[in-house]
Amino acid sequence: MFGKLTWQAIPLDQPIPLVAGAVVVLIILAVLAWVVLKGYLPYLWDEWITSVDHKRIGVMYILLGLVMLLRGFIDAIMMRSQQALAFRAAGYLPPEHYDQIFSAHGTIMIFFAAMPIIIGLMNFAVPLQLGVRDVAFPTLNSTSFWLTATGALLVNISLVVGEFARTGWLPYPPLSELPYSPGVGVDYYLWALLISGVGTLLTGINFVTTILKIRAPGMSYLRMSMFCWTALAANLLIVAAFPILTATLGMLALDRYLGFHFFTNEAGGNMMMFINLIWAWGHPEVYILVLPAFGIFSEVISTFSGKPLFNYRSMVAATLFICLVSFLVWLHHFFTMGAGADVNAFFGIATSIIAVGTGVKVYNWLFTMYGGRIRFTTPMLWSIGFLVTFVIGGMTGVLLAVPPADFLLHNSLFLVAHFHNVIIAGVLFAGFAGVTYWFPKAFGFKLDEGLGKAAFWLSLIGFYVTFMPLYAVGLLGMTRRLQHYDVAAWRPWVLAAGIGIVIMICATACQVAQFVVSIRRRDEFRDETGDPWDGRSLEWATASPPPAFNFAVLPNVHGEEPYWGIKQRAIEAQRLSPEPKYEPIEVPRNSPTGFITAFFSTITGFALIWHIWWLVVLGLVGAFAVFVWFAWRDVVEYSIPAAEVARLDRARRLAREQWLAQHARAGESA
Amino acid sequence: MSATDTSLQALDPYRVGRGRDWLSEGGIGAGHVYARGHGEGGPASKRVVVSFGFWIFILSDIVMFSAFFAAHAVLQTAAAGGPSGRELFNWWSIVLQTACLLASSFTCGLSAVATEARNQLWTQLALLVTGVLGLAFLVLEVRDFTGMVMQGAGPQRSAFLSSLFAVVGLHGLHVSAGVLWLGTMMAQVFVKGFRPDILRRLVCFNLFWHALDIIWVALFTIVYLIGLGR
Amino acid sequence: MSHETDTRDPGDVGPGFMDAAGLTIREGIARYVIGFVLASALTAASFSVLNTSLIWGPGIPVALVVLAIAQIGVHLVFFLHITTAPDNTNNVLALAFGVLIVALLIGGSLWIMDNLNQRMMPMHEIMQMQR
Repeated sequence: MFGKLTWQAIPLDQPIPLVAGAVVVLIILAVLAWVVLKGYLPYLWDEWITSVDHKRIGVMYILLGLVMLLRGFIDAIMMRSQQALAFRAAGYLPPEHYDQIFSAHGTIMIFFAAMPIIIGLMNFAVPLQLGVRDVAFPTLNSTSFWLTATGALLVNISLVVGEFARTGWLPYPPLSELPYSPGVGVDYYLWALLISGVGTLLTGINFVTTILKIRAPGMSYLRMSMFCWTALAANLLIVAAFPILTATLGMLALDRYLGFHFFTNEAGGNMMMFINLIWAWGHPEVYILVLPAFGIFSEVISTFSGKPLFNYRSMVAATLFICLVSFLVWLHHFFTMGAGADVNAFFGIATSIIAVGTGVKVYNWLFTMYGGRIRFTTPMLWSIGFLVTFVIGGMTGVLLAVPPADFLLHNSLFLVAHFHNVIIAGVLFAGFAGVTYWFPKAFGFKLDEGLGKAAFWLSLIGFYVTFMPLYAVGLLGMTRRLQHYDVAAWRPWVLAAGIGIVIMICATACQVAQFVVSIRRRDEFRDETGDPWDGRSLEWATASPPPAFNFAVLPNVHGEEPYWGIKQRAIEAQRLSPEPKYEPIEVPRNSPTGFITAFFSTITGFALIWHIWWLVVLGLVGAFAVFVWFAWRDVVEYSIPAAEVARLDRARRLAREQWLAQHARAGESA
Repeated sequence: MSATDTSLQALDPYRVGRGRDWLSEGGIGAGHVYARGHGEGGPASKRVVVSFGFWIFILSDIVMFSAFFAAHAVLQTAAAGGPSGRELFNWWSIVLQTACLLASSFTCGLSAVATEARNQLWTQLALLVTGVLGLAFLVLEVRDFTGMVMQGAGPQRSAFLSSLFAVVGLHGLHVSAGVLWLGTMMAQVFVKGFRPDILRRLVCFNLFWHALDIIWVALFTIVYLIGLGR
Repeated sequence: MSHETDTRDPGDVGPGFMDAAGLTIREGIARYVIGFVLASALTAASFSVLNTSLIWGPGIPVALVVLAIAQIGVHLVFFLHITTAPDNTNNVLALAFGVLIVALLIGGSLWIMDNLNQRMMPMHEIMQMQR
């Protein structure tokens, strides 16, 4: 009746997951109770859960990502502390548990922390920067988010019901095949990723279409902001790479569920093909993460240097170059798998060449800063921290790109240090920079600068103290994913890394405090004009937060940095451009489609994991029914009357006029 | 949508944003009615947006198929002592399946013409024939598969057979989904008529159905015909 | 309620649209008929390649691939109305991108896996080693 699901699935005999699970469940119940008792549920349902507005969806993505970042970070704390304790000792985490922790850490961090934060920032900012009202397919956007949330939910359920995979964040066969992983762990992994992978693919399609087909009048390709270019490149990569992930994990699922022999030991399976295909996805994936991060830094650095981005066209070229070459390097993840020198050499050289694109970008950022009047706000600090730290990570990457060096360093802690170096400096720092930069736009008030800076410095120092020792100990021969070790030479480095993680805990505390304090003191930090940073791109032309329709009238774009042009003209003329003719605006209706689809997907996923076949059928039928019901809608939009549009826009114009007057009195130029 | 501006020269001295002006000859400020959907002219119409988005989806689907194709290409020789292609493939069945699918593509195209003419009867007829041909394809394919399984040549027998069943089966799954979608579209056209959003969905369905035939061309060539030669 | 009228963009055409101005029903049907006839001929040719001895043995896979590409081309032009006109540029570029990715994935995988397989001990010998 319930497939493989029994009461044994709840880890009553394992204290750590039991306590962790209990705490999580209690927190969730408490939050739910608070929401319901305070009467927030109708508001949440109408304004957020069923929202198809890209701004709301972006915020929800980022919230999901930040919460999962915390969960992944707790996994990291457990790993570091285990290793710090486990010198010629057992530590406190049994091996089968430790294996699940490092697998969950990687899976959560990549798929449910980094991806949602980056996709959330793209969701929020890209349509605003393109000067349009929303993405191409708003309801699909909502569905994408909720499918991603489904994946995150499934992974977290595995903490309480059953177990997670013990194979690492990429489940290499034959370990991930049935004979060696008979439990539900790998299945949790597979279905969480197959479902959320669909969501991500839909996001990719949505944004490629938006950026190529939906832009403000006059915005040709070479007038888009740099963040939009990197978003385009990243979404092209999503469209190209995520189907490969779906296919490969699908093949593994076929092996596990239907006895196929793609990657098995017997009957001709070829497990090396899994590694080949999964990395053909895996390498573009890291560029999907890092390219928008580069875009965020381009925005932040040019804004806070008070200068346009240096050599915009070479930045575009470098972005497209990286986008293309990222599909030519994937073998560098398995140099040691036994390919010949010719194959290894080709991919090694291609890997070294791809660094050139990033090099071009780094120099352009430096030249953007040079000669500018730099304001060291929190986002700018994150950017400078990125510049220094990412270059180190990139250099170790080029070192690893040399196959003979990789033969020694593959799967050592040197590798682990390298990829954390580039991901933390690249993606995580960008995430924090982007969140701090666009927070006032989303919510109407800035974040506390003092705590933000404290979080930055602690993160930076914590990163170096945690990961630089790992470079050293990797060179000394320590392999990754060790539950215990007995080489005395490694001990001081591992302990140093353990201290580093404590510093990062303090940094995390500052980040959380930053949000709490800023929300409490939001009236002090209020952003009146909508342009708190003296911005250069179109999102700063709207009010903070922008109205549902973003722009009352789509802006006419005349050059690069369109908003800067508008602003300078207004300052020169000492008045805003004349009030436009307001017309009613059609806005897509909110829809529960995404949420309900995700609901049925969760059911289907859970049922597939536990082999509850009747429930699988029910879930699929439900999902199809939702699709048909959604397709049957007659009323898809509602109209915001011209008077309402006028009212909102006039309020924005009034705030800007007041700013102009103040600006004129202060007498200095921007 | 809004104000004209004459100081373009000052803001865009290198005329970076020029591109192709479909309806404006001769440079900045000359009759600037920019073509929509070409980037400079503002957001494209829903027709273009929806069909382009679906086109991108189809391309992503083709990438997914190519991963399965790659797996099949690698595993073609991994018969593990089991039956190989030559012993298994039912020539006439594949000919019939190909004919059915190609004919269904043709009738799908005819339904598009009928839709352009806004003719409910012919649209429904053409779609019906398309669906019937698609179902015929599926029936033949399922028969082939069951036959192979009965012979002991099911997907669990060897990696080669796994990859065969997977790539052909994935295509069959797509055809099944297409037939389901077709039924839904027929119902929608019948109930709601030729509304703009229904028309857009019909175009998407056409794209999907033709893409399935394109994938079948690659499939029968590589899997069956080239595989038969081994 | 508000389903906007089915506007067309002067400079841009979505994939799958037969937007050439003023195609009559006969002309529309004619396009599909021509495409069907061509595709059928090419398909028949594909199937008969194995039955005749017109093509030299080792060249058969090449012939089949060429015929397949031709068939796909017929589908793209006659059924999907992908043209090289400037209003179709985005569609063609997207297709080219897809084709590139497919080529890289299949070509790269074949090159890599072939290289590995050549260097690896055959599976049954490995299994024997383990006993």
